[in-house]
Amino acid sequence: MEFANFLIQLLNSAQYGLLLFMLAAGLTLIFGIMGVVNLAHGSFYMLGAYLAWWLAARTGSLVLAIILGSGLSVVFGLVLERLLFRHFYGRDHLDQVLLTFGLIYIFEELRAILWGDDVHSVAVPEALSASIPLTDTLSYPVYRLFVSAVCVALAIALYVLIARTRLGMRIRAGAFNREMTEALGINIKRIYALVFALGVALASVAGMVAAPISSLYPNMGSQVLIMCFVVVVIGGIGSVRGALIAAMLVGLVDTFGKVLLPSVAGMLVYMLMAAVLLWKPEGLFKT
Amino acid sequence: MSAGAPSTRMELLPKSVQLSLWMGVAALAAVPFVTSEFHSSMVAKMMILGIFAMSLDLLQGVTGLVSLGHAAYFGIAGYALAFLTPQGESVSLWWTLPAAVAAAALTGLLIGFFVVRTHGIYFIMVTMAFAQMLFYLFFDNKALGGSDGIYINFKPNAGFFDLENKRVFYYFTLATMVLCYLFLRRLLWSPFGRALAGIRVNEHRMRALGFGTFGYKLAAFTLAAALAGLAGYLWGAQTGFVNPELMGFHMSAHAIMMVILGGMGNFAGAILGAFAFEYLLHLAKDLPTVGGFHIGKHWQLWMGIFIVLIVAFAPRGLLGLIGRLSRRGQEDEHA
Repeated sequence: MEFANFLIQLLNSAQYGLLLFMLAAGLTLIFGIMGVVNLAHGSFYMLGAYLAWWLAARTGSLVLAIILGSGLSVVFGLVLERLLFRHFYGRDHLDQVLLTFGLIYIFEELRAILWGDDVHSVAVPEALSASIPLTDTLSYPVYRLFVSAVCVALAIALYVLIARTRLGMRIRAGAFNREMTEALGINIKRIYALVFALGVALASVAGMVAAPISSLYPNMGSQVLIMCFVVVVIGGIGSVRGALIAAMLVGLVDTFGKVLLPSVAGMLVYMLMAAVLLWKPEGLFKT
Repeated sequence: MSAGAPSTRMELLPKSVQLSLWMGVAALAAVPFVTSEFHSSMVAKMMILGIFAMSLDLLQGVTGLVSLGHAAYFGIAGYALAFLTPQGESVSLWWTLPAAVAAAALTGLLIGFFVVRTHGIYFIMVTMAFAQMLFYLFFDNKALGGSDGIYINFKPNAGFFDLENKRVFYYFTLATMVLCYLFLRRLLWSPFGRALAGIRVNEHRMRALGFGTFGYKLAAFTLAAALAGLAGYLWGAQTGFVNPELMGFHMSAHAIMMVILGGMGNFAGAILGAFAFEYLLHLAKDLPTVGGFHIGKHWQLWMGIFIVLIVAFAPRGLLGLIGRLSRRGQEDEHA
């Protein structure tokens, strides 16, 4: 493989890995802190993508759509937490699996009723539609770099939030020991609601920024959900750092697998997961 | 639901429930005589799903392992039949059925080797991920039928009875389901079944008692995969068609729902749940058009709401509900 092509694949795998991280971070936080397994997490990605498409068509600007959509996602997350998820925090995982599976059906059908079953695509914004030429024939689209940049910025913001702020300290305390945190006068219910909404927003933003590079289609959340599961299993449930490393690994294996070993590319990521399970049954970074 | 109080899982079925079950079997035996061919083939489908749900119940209700990828083994056996059936003629049941079941069991053994070492939420995610791996393997490869799936033009031939005859196929399915049920009930009360129930209640204690829980769980996983394969083979034979959806995530989740709906851990609930769930699915898809709004087209919405309501309000399932009502009746008598 020549260098320019190698560089393109490397950038692609970083971009895919970072997107996966945005999704997996929310999933792993919601599990790590509230102990909820959420199969409907892929639906939030889908929701984001459709919101971006719909709002961009209304407002004429993808950036504006992303800002509006993020706000809507936070509100949506808060309402969903208040109405449903809050009542399932202490429940058996089996109940949570079924609840969130039921939600997948509901969200899919609401999407069909609201926005139809057609495949849609979102235009790349004018300002980001250029490509950077690498050789005479190969070039790399600026928008993909923009996606990676957004993800990196959000990842840093997430790190600062959790590791460096008072709110983050409370979140970590809540994950560590719920009763003790409550006894110290911290409103744990509000913390949980915020973490849930944060997870929804991260997934939704991932869907929004990814909308122009992948088309919008029914059930687009499912495939992404499975990949997130793989990432979370490899990284260790509840570990945001693990999710980041696992997501980058999965991005590399998947992207280079498709180029170098196309016949088994679909299986490679799962083989990676199996290998990690043999070596460390609780993921690379057990919390 | 991790607590294994016998009252909620009804491992011991009350006499009244047992009697109702046998009356149910008698009713099933009468079905081909009293309904149309369409309806009896629908009931046959429900019975096949009953076998599938029972196989999952061995993991979910008895051993306490929630697999979100059980459809993989169902699908593998269906595909095995599809590959073994030649284009222009039928193939013998007597070697293809064991071969398909063995294929499912072997897949289960292989995947089980990885997944059984994980616990709780990991187990759920990993079983799902491996099932999706198989899904994409079949979905992406034209040689394996691709996304369109494969037709099975002929039902397997059994020699002295003819499965092409719908009525014969119906009774063959009924007999398989009843045998499967009796086998699993027997297994539940065997030392092996008791050990599995012990693992559900407290795995650490079982290990402290000297049980190699890894081996027990792997055996349960493999056996459950084999029985799911039995159901998948029948499904392939009945519908004459297999596609990757059979291994999909929705199929796996439906099986979990069936087991929950009926009540876990006693196999009778799994059958009941399979019938109830399939019937509801049929009802939901059959809803009429009201004022230009096709309600049946949006069946996913109704099923979704139904699932959410069941989980919120009746997590013990139908048998649990019946048990609770009948206990209330008994308390009234004592009063």
